[in-house]
Amino acid sequence: MRDVLAAVRTGARGIAWFVRGVLGEDAYDKYVAHHAATHGGAEAGTCGIGEPVMTERQFWRDQTDRQQKNPQNRCC
Amino acid sequence: MSTTPRSSKDANEDSTGLQLVPDRLPVAVEESVLEAERRNWTPAKIALWAGISLVGAVSWVMLAVVRGETVNAAWFVFAAVATYLIAYRFYSRFIEKHLLRPDDRRATPAEYKADGKDYAVTDRRVLFGHHFAAIAGAGPLVGPVLAAQMGYLPGTIWIIVGVILAGAVQDYLILFFSMRRGGRSLGQMARDELGVIGGTAALVATLVIMVIIVAILALVVVNALAESPWGVFSVSMTIPIALLMGVYLRFFRPGKVTEVSIIGFVLLIAAIIGGGMIAGTEWGSAFFLLDKVTIAWGIIIYGFIAAILPVWLLLAPRDYLSTFMKIGTILMLAVAIVIVRPEINVPAVSEFAAAGGPVVSGSLFPFLFVTIACGALSGFHALIASGTTPKLVQKERQTRFIGYGGMLMESFVAIMALVAALSIDRGIYFAMNSPVALTGGTVEGAVAFVNSLGLTGVNLTPDMLTQTAKNVGEESIVSRTGGAPTLSVGLAHIMQQVAGGTGMMAFWYHFAIMFEALFILTAVDAGTRVARFMMQDSLGNFFPKFKDTSWRVGAWLATAVMVGAWGAVLLMGVTDPLGGINTLFPLFGIANQLLAAIALAVSMAIIAKRGNFRYLWIVALPLSFAAVVTIYASFLKIFSTVPNVGYFAQNKAFSDALAAGETSFGAAPTVQAMEAVVRNTMVQGLLSILFVTLAIIVIATAIVATWKAYRSGSSTTDEDPAVQSRIFGPAAFVPTAAEKELEVQWDAQAAELKAALPPRAARSGR
Repeated sequence: MRDVLAAVRTGARGIAWFVRGVLGEDAYDKYVAHHAATHGGAEAGTCGIGEPVMTERQFWRDQTDRQQKNPQNRCC
Repeated sequence: MSTTPRSSKDANEDSTGLQLVPDRLPVAVEESVLEAERRNWTPAKIALWAGISLVGAVSWVMLAVVRGETVNAAWFVFAAVATYLIAYRFYSRFIEKHLLRPDDRRATPAEYKADGKDYAVTDRRVLFGHHFAAIAGAGPLVGPVLAAQMGYLPGTIWIIVGVILAGAVQDYLILFFSMRRGGRSLGQMARDELGVIGGTAALVATLVIMVIIVAILALVVVNALAESPWGVFSVSMTIPIALLMGVYLRFFRPGKVTEVSIIGFVLLIAAIIGGGMIAGTEWGSAFFLLDKVTIAWGIIIYGFIAAILPVWLLLAPRDYLSTFMKIGTILMLAVAIVIVRPEINVPAVSEFAAAGGPVVSGSLFPFLFVTIACGALSGFHALIASGTTPKLVQKERQTRFIGYGGMLMESFVAIMALVAALSIDRGIYFAMNSPVALTGGTVEGAVAFVNSLGLTGVNLTPDMLTQTAKNVGEESIVSRTGGAPTLSVGLAHIMQQVAGGTGMMAFWYHFAIMFEALFILTAVDAGTRVARFMMQDSLGNFFPKFKDTSWRVGAWLATAVMVGAWGAVLLMGVTDPLGGINTLFPLFGIANQLLAAIALAVSMAIIAKRGNFRYLWIVALPLSFAAVVTIYASFLKIFSTVPNVGYFAQNKAFSDALAAGETSFGAAPTVQAMEAVVRNTMVQGLLSILFVTLAIIVIATAIVATWKAYRSGSSTTDEDPAVQSRIFGPAAFVPTAAEKELEVQWDAQAAELKAALPPRAARSGR
């Protein structure tokens, strides 16, 4: 029984991960991870090299601003 | 034919300078190991593929040879899935091995240009969903419905064979080539490969084609919403819902995309249910009952405002909602078809295959192939495959799964749409899809017209039409052309057998209308924006100020021009006395296929420059087919002397009638209507000439480039220089044993590194 529950939980987590990914909700996490990897993993706001990490709110604003400048097509 | 050896058997490094093991772990499974895995035909594997082949063969026999009184929809699903699996496993592998030769030691743009934003390594399964949501929309849902006129077999064969040999090949090649060029767009690649003339022609063609495609998609929505208060209310509600979602994401909960999508979805369902209630009231049905011209103007005004509003307010949230609905609804339809397995009593090849019928004019060849574009071969995908997707691919070898596999998935959507359309009564199908010019728009007229067609097994009664209309909550279903209403009736018919019974048909019908309208309005909005940027970029060559896309006046001006262009075509279709969809839809297919021909021509030039002539046929085959079909179809549209087929023949017939002083002719009851036909056919004819000229220029320049490459004998490339990859990822959905083994090692290494990092950075894993 416990195994079944664990399997269901893994499955549900997998679906949630997939939906998040396809909708693009994980974009900020990916950005932070990238920033940490390239700029030496500093806390938000401080960073030895380059620009500081954007906060979540800043990041999403920046993202729609980028979409504004470079719109993506949607097919028929 | 010289090909560099791809795998490094003994040495870690070969002439490319790329290493298999740059750091601690290999970044790819060695090609020889993968090949050994592939060649290891265990009994279980043999049994699996034999089983798949058997299911496929039996299904095709049931569809094509047995042809009983009725055929079960399950055979369509089995035939399609089995054929896709075989094509994916063997043909796409063949293309990978001989034509593209991806190298996983080489970094993708997502890796070497990584910025954490536009270029970011994305899990292959997520990117598959992403790419699919970007390529699939209303197109594969509409074309197959119209082509159902010719019987079930021609459409089914074209959708399945076409995708395998043409559509999926195009998507795969363009995705791969764009990825090798840092995510360059189709237009830029055309310029690089074909020179200034070919490149400019490709650019102009793309812009014109986008205008036509947006216009005809909008026409489908107008036809679905006209005289339907319920539809108008629920589809209009998507705008405030999207605005609310946009504000929510911007100010309250930035980044909570799934959460806001669920909220939007619940509101959407409420809007559908509320639409039924409002359409039931006196004031509601009076207020939201709009004619086609009013709705067309509404969409034009909406298109303009949507394209100048900030992205975060309308486009982005609408896109989330559309993606959410798309994946959900398509899964739901697939499950429902498998559960219900409707019986289909449409003939394999109908009476209208040879010479055309009331839904689509013209003979099966070439018009089947332009009526079904999306789902078999869609040039528009080349714009997506050279847009966002190549900037997100993790490893080169994954392009096969994402590019080829993604298109197979869209093809499957087209098969399901075909099944849904075929599952409704044939008499009702023709009553819904014949233009007003033939049915008179009345139940009696439709019954008389459909029964006069002399179709075997069709005996339409007025009662059938009024009852179906009542079931789906509409005033009338006569002459609801455009494909969307028919598909919605089919979907409602299937879904009510799974959930809710006849009482729920009206809900399912409007649910289907809503989701088609949602896709289309997203495409209209995005298409207008992209077209505006292309226009500003071109104008910027003459008036540099236009290059500044944040310059308000320029942006508004360019938007107005683009909206004006597709709006004019839309209004022309809406007011066309001959019906609109049946005259304009061929133009949509031709435009889309010409774009495919352009994309394939660019691919051919690239392959030729790589020096790979032995396998050039892989792209030459679909290119010649697309070229023949579209050029032939265009020539028929331009030169045919049959008025129903040729635009200029129709034009002449009506001008002659006008000159003779007649006050009504054919489907046009007044002089004004006759003049409209003369005007419309002239515009449509000129557009056909423009398309075919541009396409011929592009194909000719591609052939010249290919010939030059052949003559020179040397291989050149304008790919970005190879960069060493330092990450690993399996190629397909399910990793092979060797890939799995390596993945475990990488996961262990990642866990080790994570443990060594401060908690903040470690939080965002996966």
